[in-house]
Amino acid sequence: MSQLVEDLCRRLAAKERVAVVGGNTKSFLGGQLLDEPVSMLEHSGIVNYEPTELVLTAKSGTSLRDIESCLKDARQMLPFEPPQFGAETTIGGVMASGLSGPRRIHLGSARDCVLGVRLINGLGQHLKFGGEVMKNVAGYDLSRLSVGAYGTLGVLTEVSVKVLPIPDKERTQVVECSQAEAMETLTRFGSRPYPISAAAWVEGALSIRLSGAGSGVDSAAASIGGETRADTDQFWDSLRDLNHVQFDQENKWLWRVSVAPTTPSDAIDSFGFDWGGGLRWVKTDPEDFSLFQLAESLGGHATCFARERKSGTGMQPLEPGILRLNQRVKEAMDPFGLINRGRLLEGYH
Amino acid sequence: MQTRELVAALAAVVPAQRILFEEQDIAPYECDGLTMYKTKPQVVVLPETREEVCHVLRTCKDLVVPVVARGAGTGLSGGALPHAEGVLLVMTKFNRILDVDADARTARVEPGVRNLAISEAVSHLNLYYAPDPSSQIACSIGGNIAENSGGVHCLKYGLTVHNVLSLTVALDDGSIITVGSDALDSAGYDLLALTIGSEGLLAVVLEITVRLLPKPEEMRVVMAAFDDVTKAGDSVGGIIAAGIIPAGLEMMDGPAVAAVEDFVKAGYPLDAEALLLCEVDGTREEVAEELSRVESILKDSGATMLRVATTEEDRLLFWKGRKSAFPAVGRISPDYYCMDGTIPRKHLSLVLRRMREMSERYGLRCANVFHAGDGNLHPLILFDANDPDEVKRAEEFGAEILELSVEVGGTITGEHGVGIEKINEMCVQFSSDELTQFHSIKAAFDPTGILNPGKAVPTLQRCAEFGKMHIHHGRMPHPELERF
Repeated sequence: MSQLVEDLCRRLAAKERVAVVGGNTKSFLGGQLLDEPVSMLEHSGIVNYEPTELVLTAKSGTSLRDIESCLKDARQMLPFEPPQFGAETTIGGVMASGLSGPRRIHLGSARDCVLGVRLINGLGQHLKFGGEVMKNVAGYDLSRLSVGAYGTLGVLTEVSVKVLPIPDKERTQVVECSQAEAMETLTRFGSRPYPISAAAWVEGALSIRLSGAGSGVDSAAASIGGETRADTDQFWDSLRDLNHVQFDQENKWLWRVSVAPTTPSDAIDSFGFDWGGGLRWVKTDPEDFSLFQLAESLGGHATCFARERKSGTGMQPLEPGILRLNQRVKEAMDPFGLINRGRLLEGYH
Repeated sequence: MQTRELVAALAAVVPAQRILFEEQDIAPYECDGLTMYKTKPQVVVLPETREEVCHVLRTCKDLVVPVVARGAGTGLSGGALPHAEGVLLVMTKFNRILDVDADARTARVEPGVRNLAISEAVSHLNLYYAPDPSSQIACSIGGNIAENSGGVHCLKYGLTVHNVLSLTVALDDGSIITVGSDALDSAGYDLLALTIGSEGLLAVVLEITVRLLPKPEEMRVVMAAFDDVTKAGDSVGGIIAAGIIPAGLEMMDGPAVAAVEDFVKAGYPLDAEALLLCEVDGTREEVAEELSRVESILKDSGATMLRVATTEEDRLLFWKGRKSAFPAVGRISPDYYCMDGTIPRKHLSLVLRRMREMSERYGLRCANVFHAGDGNLHPLILFDANDPDEVKRAEEFGAEILELSVEVGGTITGEHGVGIEKINEMCVQFSSDELTQFHSIKAAFDPTGILNPGKAVPTLQRCAEFGKMHIHHGRMPHPELERF
């Protein structure tokens, strides 16, 4: 056990409050931490990686870049294409935020790909759940529960993730169209076996990425039609990392609205979508909470991605029954409310 | 609690004809697919409405009476084993497919709907529900949620947890909540992932929204025989190292092949030490490209025979053999005991060798069926349940296999769940602190502990006793349970 992990265990066992971050590249998400954070960056290193087992295990402070470059050497990748909001993005932070990139609609989300975690709970106990195998149903799925929990259920110290081969070929077709037409097209394609690995509408055009065996990608591209993008990797990376020109914030502010992909385009005034319509990007004032009501009425949820939000967590308020269970789960993992106070459940630590 | 009082309280909402308590009426419910364990419940209730389910839960919470939910009863770990002083909540009347959204590719179904019935109902839309446990013709989707069931295609298409968008569940106090949504993620903690695979200990499932997939344009399966299991195992690593994720990748050892071939006549070669089935799917072009690469990898790995199913009938026949492995083994032995460990694939030959040694030591035959792509082993231990000593040896043999799975870095259960069967082995896989954490999670949902008590997570006391038995008396699990 590293010194840092030992210290955190000791502090929590002594009922000291603890705040942890990875590279702190996503501090704009969720509420402000109420305690001075400790960085997990020094707790880094790939613990185990065997390409033919399709599993990688790394300490939580390991940088995403190191992991991706190691995977790339074996022609593999993280299936869920996690965003990188800065060079210091860590695998622990990726899992704590639970964010997934464009490929989410094809190969699943961060939570789908996690196989196991080690975490320190609020009693300062260092625990291991899940493991390094694809199928494992022993005990409650606390590994997946901890994905997207912003560290509030325990300090992640190690994660095991499923990895997959990099597709032989990737090609992006782009067609100019309205948002409504883009959604109609995707609904039509949805029942066909095209190897679609991403679908987004920005700048008045629908981009569809095809991935897989070369011949299959080319034949699907031929039947989909449109132009082939010359900048396929850069384009999807810029969407993934919110660097695309359309995310330029100026005086308005960025919100992410997650809804059923078939939600009509006129239901939300969005400037673009990813995840085949499941992720709508909206620019509006960070203090304008009407998006929460809109998202709720559509059965989805909104998150404020504005970097200069002044108050609150920017997260969709939970309905009473779900909030109560969230609070009880938090109490079960961190009974004294010591870890990452302020980050997630508003008004409840 | 007197049966009469309990029945009277339940009958305030549930019609009397759907509350069973006479010996002959409840006998059919005394076990699930793990027939080694049998217990008669105090009362069986067959609810038809949400209101009835919630009434049962509220009543049982008030009276502190255990509630065990049951779907089709095909589970293999005794997860739906009744509680002798409890209510068995049989969900089979919740059997409607409520809605299919072809555009969104989702279906809203009740928990008693059979797994295969979902795919059948959406087949005309060219869609299907991907997780396909071998029992899919009979098992219910509610049971699949409880166990986080897998199947032969989960390396590529995932487990139940990857194919469910939301659940509407009744909590211990009879309140109803929905976890997950039609969106691809939800606010707050991932209670959907937590609920799936919780073996009926956290909530009772009332409704499920599943994700449907477009049927692949083409599916082709290749059968390869090997004279050595290590070569077969290496070929699996070779396929994955080549960047191919097959839709299905299954292995059987010699004894399993012999049993299956005698039963199904699938054309399996009887002299094989290991048989591999590898299915690729996708567009015609993809399938042709991947199939030829798979064939050459299998040849290079030393396959002694290679056959590609040329017709759809052949393809289904190849699979029928695999999917009939359990009943086929059932024909050559009075009883069999199916294990479910998962191991890192690289340890396959070590684990198979150690299992052969165990087979000799315990004097019991063992046939192996293996989800080779994801490392999930199903050793079938052959025994005679009429011979108490064979039963004891079968259980000890099984327990030793599970402990070996943990020893090599795997898990005691890949897809069948812990239930009552593997509860002692949980003490091997998890520390006291980890088990205590599980109990805290359980208490967050069900503080009274009425939902499926005694399953899935052992008490620390039980582990302590198991540890003592472990050292002094060999491994005799569940001494409190009645034996045949």
